[in-house]
Amino acid sequence: MGIADFTFYVFALVVIAAGFFTVVSRNPVHSVLWLILAFLTSAGLFVLMGAEFVAMLLIIVYVGAVAVLFLFVVMMLDVDFAELKAEMARYVPLAGLIGLVLLMQLGLAYGTWVTGEGVELLDAPQGTPEGAAHNTAALGALIYDRYWLLFQMAGLILLVAMVGAILLTLRHRTDIKRQDVLAQLYRDPKKAMELKDVKSGQGL
Amino acid sequence: MISTDLSIIAPEILLAVFAMAGLVGAVYSGRDALSQLLTWAAALLFVAAALYIGLTGEGTHTAFGGIFVDDAFSRFAKVAVLLSAAAVLIISQDYLSRSDLLRFEYPILVTLAVIGMMVMVSAGDLMTLYMGLELQSLALYVVAALRRDNARSTEAGLKYFVLGALSSGLLLYGASLTYGYAGTTEFAGIIEAAGADASIGLIFGLVFLCAGFAFKVSAAPFHMWTPDVYEGSPTPVTALFATAPKVAAMALFARVVHDAFGGVVGDWQQILAFLAVVSMFLGAIAAIGQRDIKRLMAYSSISHMGYALMGLSAGTAQGVESMLVYMAIYVVMNIGTFAFILSMSRDGRHVTEIDALNGFATKEPLKALAILCLMFSLAGVPPLLGFFGKYAVLLAAVDAGLGWLAVAGVVASVIGAFYYLRIVYYMYFGEETEGLDGRMTTLPWLGLVASAVIMLVGIVNLFGIEGLAEAAAATLVR
Amino acid sequence: MDISFFDSPLGLALIIIAQCGMVITFVMVSLLFLVYGDRKIWAAVQMRRGPNVVGVFGLLQTVADALKYVVKEVVIPAGADRAVFLMAPMASFVLAMIAWAVIPFNDRWVLADLNVAILYVLAISSLEVYGVIMGGWASNSKYPFLGSLRSAAQMISYEVSIGFIIIGVILSTGSLNFGQIVAAQDTGYGLFGWYWLPHLPMVFLFFISCLAETNRPPFDLPEAESELVAGYQVEYSSTPFLLFMAGEYIAIFLMCALTSLLFFGGWLSPIPGLPDGALWMVGKMAFFFFLFAMVKAIVPRYRYDQLMRLGWKVFLPMSLAWVVIVAFLAKFEVLGGFWARWTIGG
Repeated sequence: MGIADFTFYVFALVVIAAGFFTVVSRNPVHSVLWLILAFLTSAGLFVLMGAEFVAMLLIIVYVGAVAVLFLFVVMMLDVDFAELKAEMARYVPLAGLIGLVLLMQLGLAYGTWVTGEGVELLDAPQGTPEGAAHNTAALGALIYDRYWLLFQMAGLILLVAMVGAILLTLRHRTDIKRQDVLAQLYRDPKKAMELKDVKSGQGL
Repeated sequence: MISTDLSIIAPEILLAVFAMAGLVGAVYSGRDALSQLLTWAAALLFVAAALYIGLTGEGTHTAFGGIFVDDAFSRFAKVAVLLSAAAVLIISQDYLSRSDLLRFEYPILVTLAVIGMMVMVSAGDLMTLYMGLELQSLALYVVAALRRDNARSTEAGLKYFVLGALSSGLLLYGASLTYGYAGTTEFAGIIEAAGADASIGLIFGLVFLCAGFAFKVSAAPFHMWTPDVYEGSPTPVTALFATAPKVAAMALFARVVHDAFGGVVGDWQQILAFLAVVSMFLGAIAAIGQRDIKRLMAYSSISHMGYALMGLSAGTAQGVESMLVYMAIYVVMNIGTFAFILSMSRDGRHVTEIDALNGFATKEPLKALAILCLMFSLAGVPPLLGFFGKYAVLLAAVDAGLGWLAVAGVVASVIGAFYYLRIVYYMYFGEETEGLDGRMTTLPWLGLVASAVIMLVGIVNLFGIEGLAEAAAATLVR
Repeated sequence: MDISFFDSPLGLALIIIAQCGMVITFVMVSLLFLVYGDRKIWAAVQMRRGPNVVGVFGLLQTVADALKYVVKEVVIPAGADRAVFLMAPMASFVLAMIAWAVIPFNDRWVLADLNVAILYVLAISSLEVYGVIMGGWASNSKYPFLGSLRSAAQMISYEVSIGFIIIGVILSTGSLNFGQIVAAQDTGYGLFGWYWLPHLPMVFLFFISCLAETNRPPFDLPEAESELVAGYQVEYSSTPFLLFMAGEYIAIFLMCALTSLLFFGGWLSPIPGLPDGALWMVGKMAFFFFLFAMVKAIVPRYRYDQLMRLGWKVFLPMSLAWVVIVAFLAKFEVLGGFWARWTIGG
């Protein structure tokens, strides 16, 4: 067992354990923290496969942005843990059943897996071949050329999500005073205040 | 190379540019001042794009290495989608501004949804399919909750969103299984990998894909969202749901089963036949108890999707052709019916109870006659256009050796006729209670009358769409 | 010495550990004097003397402070979530530290010469927010929580514009590797070949974003003592507090290193003819730290809404527009590759 294999098993076990604790943690904040661990370790697995760009993106996007939002939401929730736990105990058999079904399906799928002719399975991660583009460059070439349409569609989908969020939640309040930064910046002190020379003991 | 690709997707790009420019323009020009203009512009643009696609498109082209396909089939579906979306925008504009719902985001979101639909029907790859579907669905989730201060409407939006996300999950699960077993996401590759006898994994993928699509076309048993969403959404949005997305989803369904799984017709034929039977009967039976016309239309659309799926389940070019014809007729009937539903009001309030139609014929004989035509046509009563749609579908099923399915279709259509005719009965023979007093503005009136006239006149030669549908089906089923 | 020993896994591991040790030592020793320098500069601006008792000129003041923190008792509030409470400062410190793995001090003087080094730094700095959030939440107290919320929102907001600014530099270089970014600035014109000139407006934006990203004044709202006592650090004492402090300073020093690598030629000498070397790099880092300290001394604190407005409504559009502009300038090789130091598309 080389170092790469050893690292793989460590990461794989940590991912599974973290996933498990994400589900069973009683405190939702702990759940999110376990989830973050799972993300980080998956990024490690990506690095092992030689997909360093994807690994970094996974961390930046999922851990750095998505999970922070999760954490925000979860931290501000007022949850009754005891009730939550009772709820969970009620659904454990069902969840277990679904898990079992999925497991069996995976087994089924793996059992009947046929590889097409001339297909070579990758038993070990393949490093970047000598002289080939780095996978950052290779991904860029794919995304902005062959999958240009899909990339732009993804952009449109995000636009719809943004427009939708604004449309459904933004309420323009007219009864409040707003701050106009430019107006404040361009205020002329000469017009706003006046210096008076006040004689002592006399007042204005 | 990229310029030819771009010219193939020019209509989609045009619409996307319009949506973004309109958004920026409306945001900077102040709130909702431009919404009237944008709605009209969007409708006109849809019509223009439909004309462009319908008149100039010819042959089969693929763009971006085969992930986007422009052929007669996609053009037929695109024209239907664009025209029906334009019609819905036009007939609903008046209602929207009356009920203070005409936000400038509405035409923009509809445009974006239409782009999604156009990409869906042109998909040549599982990824394109999903992107188009998601763009369409996301925009529709939002417009379902357009009346955000109304609990019903927000409930509709939320329900649609949650169940839609679930169905997307099913679809993605199917897509990943398909990818896993075929080794490619391109339809051309999948059909090759599937061959004449697909592996069990591919069949699993196919089943999940079908479940996802069945949800999007609201075929039973994946229909549960439809009545609530139809009832809760603002009526113009319901009109939209009942028309363009249904055409797009049905066309997508046809494309996937034929383009990607065309070699294993036997495998999906049973699934589709099952969906068709359940939808037809559920739509027909459950609609009987409805008191709300929007809910009724929901069940009606479920049952109509059953018929369209029956055509598709034939698995032949004739089947696809009949499906396309059926969808085109269905869309026209729905536009007419919703043009009327939009104008149903009493004391300035929108009403949707069927009881309100009692004695409508004595007050508005012409409109009542138009609705009579539409209802008979929806029910599939012989001299009207709706009958020919059903006939084509039944014929395709019989020719494909699915006689039992055709018989079931006929039975369901007889059951379904009951509730369509009940509306007519209310109008002509119902006791007059406090009925409807809303005036109908010109555009919805035009929509109603035009679609009723089409139901009558169309029987001459179906406006020649049969030929177009045949050409479209021929490109899909090889 | 047996040469093959250093090719065996154990030997390689030893070498790597030794290299890590060197970098850590460098950072920690710098840290001692950075804190001292920070206080001295601040004092000088305010016409005070600053630390001047422990050691010659007070040079050992930081050592004394650190020792004091270490030997004090660790107080954990009764309502705190113990595990998370103790994990937060460690996360803060460790994350600040591991980002140094990809920072080169000279040509190929780097622990891990990654292809995606910049992304790695961005990823790690996006993780640093967790120390703050976890600390604020685990304290189970109002002010720390408010402080951590502020801090998280602020760090995420400014990370966006930092990312865009870096994209401009990447566009000019065609690589995400620090070595190549510095190499691309080696044009033979000394300091006029560095990226600060082609990317001039972004240098200022980057510097200011760095201030916000590291919660330095004038953006130190998470620990605004006038409102929130000390923000997320309120409940911390002893070694955990020391770790937070150290993590903060290490992150600041990292930003100094980034600024000099991205815009000021890293280890390149500013005058053509003088030898390049690690000394230049360290000197530049020290200079930028001096600027950080000066800003702290001079500029008054922002209000929170002003901070957010600046980040989202000013910096984000500007940096986004700059990405587009640079893309055009690079693509069409304006001024003969002033903005494009590589063969575009090749």
